[in-house]
Amino acid sequence: MKSSTARSPDTKAPDQVAENRLPWTREQPTRKRRFSDRILSPLILSPAMTLIVIFVYVFIAITIWVSLSNWGTLKVDMSIRQPLGVTYQQMFGMTRWHANLRNVFIFTALFLSFSLAFGLLLALLLDRKLIGYTIFRNVFLFPYALSFIVTGVAWRWIFNPEKGVNVLFDTFGINKLIEAFGGPPLHPGWITDTSVLFSLNTWLGTIFPPLKSLSIQLGIPMALIPVVIAAGWQLTGFAMSMYIAGLATVPHELREAARIDGASELQVYTKVVIPQLNPVTVSTAIILGHVSLKIFDLIFAMSGGAGPGFVTDVPGIFVFDYTFKATRYNLGAAASVIMLLLVCMIIVPYLWTNLRKR
Amino acid sequence: MSIFTSGVRAELPRKFRDYVILGFLILCLLFFLMPFYVMIVNGLKEATSVSVSTMWNLPTQLSGGGFVEAFQRLGPSMGNSLLIAIPATIISACWGSVNGYLFAKWKFRGSNILFALLVFGMFIPYQSILIPLIQFLEMIRLYGTIPGLVAVHVIYGLPIVSLIFRNYFTNIPDEMVEAARIDGAGLVRIFTNVMLPLSLPAFVVVCIFQFTNIWNDFLFGVTILTNPQAQPVTVALNNLQGSYSVDWNVVMAGAITAALPTALVYIFLGRFFIRGLLAGSVKG
Repeated sequence: MKSSTARSPDTKAPDQVAENRLPWTREQPTRKRRFSDRILSPLILSPAMTLIVIFVYVFIAITIWVSLSNWGTLKVDMSIRQPLGVTYQQMFGMTRWHANLRNVFIFTALFLSFSLAFGLLLALLLDRKLIGYTIFRNVFLFPYALSFIVTGVAWRWIFNPEKGVNVLFDTFGINKLIEAFGGPPLHPGWITDTSVLFSLNTWLGTIFPPLKSLSIQLGIPMALIPVVIAAGWQLTGFAMSMYIAGLATVPHELREAARIDGASELQVYTKVVIPQLNPVTVSTAIILGHVSLKIFDLIFAMSGGAGPGFVTDVPGIFVFDYTFKATRYNLGAAASVIMLLLVCMIIVPYLWTNLRKR
Repeated sequence: MSIFTSGVRAELPRKFRDYVILGFLILCLLFFLMPFYVMIVNGLKEATSVSVSTMWNLPTQLSGGGFVEAFQRLGPSMGNSLLIAIPATIISACWGSVNGYLFAKWKFRGSNILFALLVFGMFIPYQSILIPLIQFLEMIRLYGTIPGLVAVHVIYGLPIVSLIFRNYFTNIPDEMVEAARIDGAGLVRIFTNVMLPLSLPAFVVVCIFQFTNIWNDFLFGVTILTNPQAQPVTVALNNLQGSYSVDWNVVMAGAITAALPTALVYIFLGRFFIRGLLAGSVKG
């Protein structure tokens, strides 16, 4: 990871270096070849770049156009819908879209905290390099190599409301414990549960009365928790691998110095090692964050789509439903443009800082 | 080379704290293996004995379980997935190696901006290009065909593949390029005679990474290959779990079957897989 960023800023283009070091090679034929090579590089790149410009940038432009058009049925109609942007206005008035935005932000927040914290913990524990290190590391990363559909199928079963993980609550006596404290036994409906935990609506209503009539419950939908666990299970290994690679770049002398200065083993990690890992945390959060904004397959496999009361609906599902099932192309396109904007908000600054350094 | 070996010298636990760490890691291991346990155990059960109430129990008798039917139902789509993933992986790896080489060693005015434009393409949500993409594929009569999906995976794979190769070639010293230039080699000969022989590890990384990505793709498969005969295995598996005539043991066995190729790649070439994954985080 370090090698490319550590490249000195004075790295010159190969031809410059050649000119400085070996003046006697500046013969006419060499120069001619150099000129042709210079043309050759952009020339060979041009087919790939043309395709990328068309398939990424032109297609995005067409999608934006569709989102502003009258194309709301099977019949293609690219004329601009008046007034401009009314499809977006409609979308932002839809209860389903409100549920979407709530779900995707709650999901991203929970999923990021889960996988970053768990990934960091695993990386730090593995850093002790105890017996079984290789097995542990590779099993933790293994889910990452599998398709979301495969793992979604398995998790759907584990979180089925009748048995599944709920059986474990009974067998391990967790429910007995809760009942002993006077609570109702835990038998959540998981993926089909429509309840929303920690609803903020009444609280928000007292601060700002118009919010009382909000069409959706602002809180953590119960149905998203299984999805967070499944996605966390699948991508924690990625966070762990990033942290393991990051830990390898923290010099051992640094830790030794802290120990000599009298830092406890815990302090060595909290005060010295973890702050050094901040850049890794930022990169990992951005990559996982953009994955979670785009999440589609996993939810599609786990709940089959939007779920009752849109509890598992996310923009990825919304776009799919409106574009390919309801054939309301302008609405589907509008939602996909918002998805793209959300992703751009985190990816563009990331690419900007990363690529400028070189 | 496989996941069972690594360069790390592991230690036996010495202090009490080490035993606590080890115990916690074993608990995590069980959590990570739980879905596989559910898939395997229920996949091995017979249709008559598979039910939610006994999902945590081991199968009572040893037999083929749902695997026979799963192979029958998913076999053709496994073939489709191979027909999609293998050509798309090879083409994008070869093409990406050229792009990566040029972006690393033959920079020109504006090449860094072009590179940024290229890399951005790997982060976009593909939902935001699907409508024009499908129209375009219909126009050139490739919609709903396997070659069409191969082309889509090649094009949208170019950014990540070029990125991994660029990072790899950047780390090859410029002096090697210079030396070859002095010997009279041009851009093309430096690539074929100097760079390509050195780039086998990068090819392995890219191929594993691309194969896994394409095999696991669902969105392109479900929107572009609407014809059931041409479906990739992820789409077929999802349809399998949605159909009421299929028992759960078959779905679980099907999940294992669909996961098998990427799982085998991971088990035997895991080290390269990790490298590709880290290179995908742009920095490389």
